[in-house]
Amino acid sequence: MIADFGYGVLVVSFLTALYSVFAAIYGELKKLPNMVESARRAMLLTWPLLTLTAGILIYLLVNDHYEVQFVYEVTSLSMPTYLKVTAWWGGQAGSLLFWSWLMSAFTSLVTFKKWDRDREFLPWVIAVAGITLAFFLGMNVVFENPFRQLYQTFEGINPYTFQPADSILFTPADGRGLNPLLRHPGMVIHPPMLYLGFVSFVIPFAFAMAALITGRTDDRWIRLTRRWTLWAWLFLSAGLVLGGRWAYDVLGWGGYWGWDPVEIAAFMPWLTGTAFLHSVMIQEKRGMLKQWNMILIVLTYDLVIFGTFLTRSGVLSSVHAFAESAIGPLFFVFIGFTLITSIALIIHRWDSLKSETKMTSLLSREALFLLNNLLFIGILVVCFWGVIYPLISELFTGQKVTVGPPFYERATGPLWASLMLLMGIAPLSAWGHSTVKTLGRAIWKPTVGAVIITSVIYATYTQKIIALISFFLIALVILVTIYEYWRGAHARQRSQGENFFAAFWNLTGRNRRRYGGYIIHLSMMLMAIGIVGIEMFQVETQGTIAVGDSINISGYTIKYKEVASWDDNPSGVNYTRAVVEIYGEDGAYLGNLKPRKDFYFDSQQNMTIPGQLASLKDEVYVLLINWEPISPVGTTFKIFVNPLVNWLWMGSFLFIVGIIIAAWPDKDTELAVVRSSKQVRQASAAD
Amino acid sequence: MKINKFVIGGFLILGAVVFLIWSSTAATSEYFLTIDELNEKGASIADRNVRLSGAVIGDSIQYDAQTLTLTFEIAHVPADQALIEDEGGLAVALHQAVIDPTRSRVKIQYIGPMPDLLRHEAQAIVTGKLGEDGVFFADELLLKCPTKYEEAVPEQAANK
Repeated sequence: MIADFGYGVLVVSFLTALYSVFAAIYGELKKLPNMVESARRAMLLTWPLLTLTAGILIYLLVNDHYEVQFVYEVTSLSMPTYLKVTAWWGGQAGSLLFWSWLMSAFTSLVTFKKWDRDREFLPWVIAVAGITLAFFLGMNVVFENPFRQLYQTFEGINPYTFQPADSILFTPADGRGLNPLLRHPGMVIHPPMLYLGFVSFVIPFAFAMAALITGRTDDRWIRLTRRWTLWAWLFLSAGLVLGGRWAYDVLGWGGYWGWDPVEIAAFMPWLTGTAFLHSVMIQEKRGMLKQWNMILIVLTYDLVIFGTFLTRSGVLSSVHAFAESAIGPLFFVFIGFTLITSIALIIHRWDSLKSETKMTSLLSREALFLLNNLLFIGILVVCFWGVIYPLISELFTGQKVTVGPPFYERATGPLWASLMLLMGIAPLSAWGHSTVKTLGRAIWKPTVGAVIITSVIYATYTQKIIALISFFLIALVILVTIYEYWRGAHARQRSQGENFFAAFWNLTGRNRRRYGGYIIHLSMMLMAIGIVGIEMFQVETQGTIAVGDSINISGYTIKYKEVASWDDNPSGVNYTRAVVEIYGEDGAYLGNLKPRKDFYFDSQQNMTIPGQLASLKDEVYVLLINWEPISPVGTTFKIFVNPLVNWLWMGSFLFIVGIIIAAWPDKDTELAVVRSSKQVRQASAAD
Repeated sequence: MKINKFVIGGFLILGAVVFLIWSSTAATSEYFLTIDELNEKGASIADRNVRLSGAVIGDSIQYDAQTLTLTFEIAHVPADQALIEDEGGLAVALHQAVIDPTRSRVKIQYIGPMPDLLRHEAQAIVTGKLGEDGVFFADELLLKCPTKYEEAVPEQAANK
C-alpha cells in the first residue's frame, strides 16, 4: 500500500517536472508571464514531492518492508538503521531517485533567487534543468521503479509495479543486505558527494543554454553561476577523494586509485570542470574564449550524464558494477540529444561569442590559461580513449583489447608535469602581455629555491629521475605560490600600514578567488607529494609468523602479539582481530595496530580492515591475511609501507578549505559584483 | 602572423597528446579474452599480457597462506553481452558456466592476499600471462559478485 503510494507520488513528480518544462517554454514563446510563473512554481513543487517520495522509500527501508524488491536487495535485518537509510543510494533504482532529489533541490534553490535583472533567463533555466530532471525521473517511473513489489504468480515470484491478476504479495523473511564492502563511512558519503558535484554542474549548464537561447551571450551567465561551479567542483573533488580513501581503507590493496573505468567516468567531468573554472576567468577579465567556455560547460554536462550512465549501465567491467539494465541505450539517446542541441545552439550564436580582444603574447596569462585548458582536455582525451578503447577495438577488429593503469600513467604523466610547470609560471605572468624577461625576473628566485630543495632530496632521499623531476616541480609551485602570497601581503603591509598577519588575512579576504585559488594550488602540490610517495616508493612484504615473532620492513619491526576471534550475532559478523606492535629503527615503540578480518554471515563475505600507523614520513599499513586457529606456524600478514601518503589526505583537506575560501558568499552579492568588477579594473591597471 | 604562433602551439600540443596516446596504447594494451579465445590463440600470445574473464569454480580455490599462493579455476563465460542476456543475465550466465562440465576451464595462479570477493560463481577478471604449462599467472585480480548486487529473482523464489 505504502509502496503504491510512493510510486504514485513519484509519477506526480515526474508529471510536474514535465509540466514545468512545457509551461516555461510555452509561456516564454507566447509571452505569458503567468505561465512562466506557473512553471517556476511547478519546479518549486518537485522538491517537496520528491522529498515525500524519498521519505516513503526510507520508511520502507528502515522498517524492513522486504516485499519491496529494492528494500529486499539492499538491506537486511542485521543492518543498523543509519545504513538502512543510506542504502537509499546503495542500488540502481534508489540512486537514480537520489540524483533526481538533489537535482530538484538545486533547481528549486535557483528558482528562489531574485531574478529581476535576469528575468529572461528564468524560463530557459527552468526548461533545461527540468528536462534533465524529467529524464532521470522518467527512468525511475518507467524502468527503475524503486517501489516495485514482489508478487507470486503461477510463473514464480517476480517484481511488479502493479499487482498482476491472480497473484499474492510475497514477503521474504530477510533482505539480502548491502555488500559489506559498502558498509563504510567513506562509502556512505562518497556517492552523495559525487552526485552533488554531478548535479550542481547542471545549473551552470542550464544558464549557459539560457544565455545561448536568449542571445544574451555576455559574461552574465558566468557571473551568476560562478559560485555554483565552485561548489560543484568542491563536491566532485571531495567525492573523488572520499572514494580514494574508501578504496585505501577497505579494498586492502594498499592503493587508492586504480584507473577503473568508473573512477575515470567521475574524473572526466572534473577535468573539464577544472578547465572551465580557469577559462571563465579569461572571459570575465579579457572577454575572450567565449565559444570555448560554452563548449567546456556542454562537455562537462554531458560527461556528468555519461558518468552516471557508465556507473549505471554495466557496459564496462569494473569494481563498481551494478547489473546491466535497460536504461543504458536511453542514456545514450539523451546524451546525443543534449549534445547535438547544445552544439547547434553554440553554432547558431557563434558570431556573438567572438572574442573582444586578441591574444597577442604567448606568455601572457590568458595564453598560459589557454594552455592549461588544452592540457586538461589532453588528459580528458587520454581518459576517454582508455575507456572506450575496448569498445572501439571490438568494433573494428572483433577483438576486445583493453588498456590498464600503465596506459594512463604513461600517457597522462607528461601532461600532469606540464600542468605543474604551468601552475608555477602562470601566477607570475601578466594579463595581456608578458615577456621572457619580465617572467624570468619574477621566477628566478623560486627556481633557485626549487633547485636547492631538489638537490637536498637527491642527496638524502632518492636518485630516481622521475621522482626528482616531480619534486622539483612541486617545490617550484609551492615556492612561487608562497612568494606571490608574500609579495601581496608585503605590498599591503607597506601601503595600508597593517602588520604582516593582518595584511595576509585581508589580502585573502579582498581577493578570495585569487588567493583561494593559490591555496588550492598549494593543496594540489601536497597531494602530489603523497601521490609521488606511494606510487614510486611503496614497499611491501608478507610473512607467516607465530605469536612473539616479528617481520622487518624498511626500518620498522612489526611484532605479532596476539589474535582473537569472536562472533557479534546481532550484527551478523565474525571478527578476527590481530594485535601487532610497531617498533622504529632505534627500537622505539611506536604504537600497536589491530588489523581485522570481518566475516559477514548474511553475504558469506570477508572484509579485510587494515591497521594503519600514520605519520608525515610514511604509513605502516598492515593486513591480516590468514589465520589458522590450530596451526603452529601462525598468522599471515601483508605489510605495506606507503611513504608520504598522508600528504595526500592533508592536501585534500587544504583543498576543501581553499575552495570554501574562493566560493564563500560575499555579504551583499549585488554590491560584491560591482565591487569586484571595480577591483578587476584596478587589478588589470596594476598588472 | 600573430595567429600563427598560437595555431602552431596548438598543433604541437595536439601532436604531443596523440603521440602519448598512440605510444602508450601500443606499449600497454592487453587483449581481453574469454577462455575459449585464449585456448584458440594458444602460443601466439605467450609473452603478451592478457586480460581474461570467467566464472570462478568454488571447489577449486586453494590458498597456501605460507607462500600466499592462490590457485583456482575459472570456466568460460561468453563475452557477448547479448548472449549473456539470452542466458538470463550475468548471474545466470555465471551459474551456467560453473555447472556445465563441457565448458573449457583454465587454472589461475596468483600470489598475494586472498581477495574478499573470491567465491563460487563470482566473475573473475584476471590480468597476466599464460604459462607454458597452461597455468595462467595473474598479477591482477578483479572480482565481481553479481549475486550480491541486483538480480531480478530472489534466491528463495528460485529454489522453490
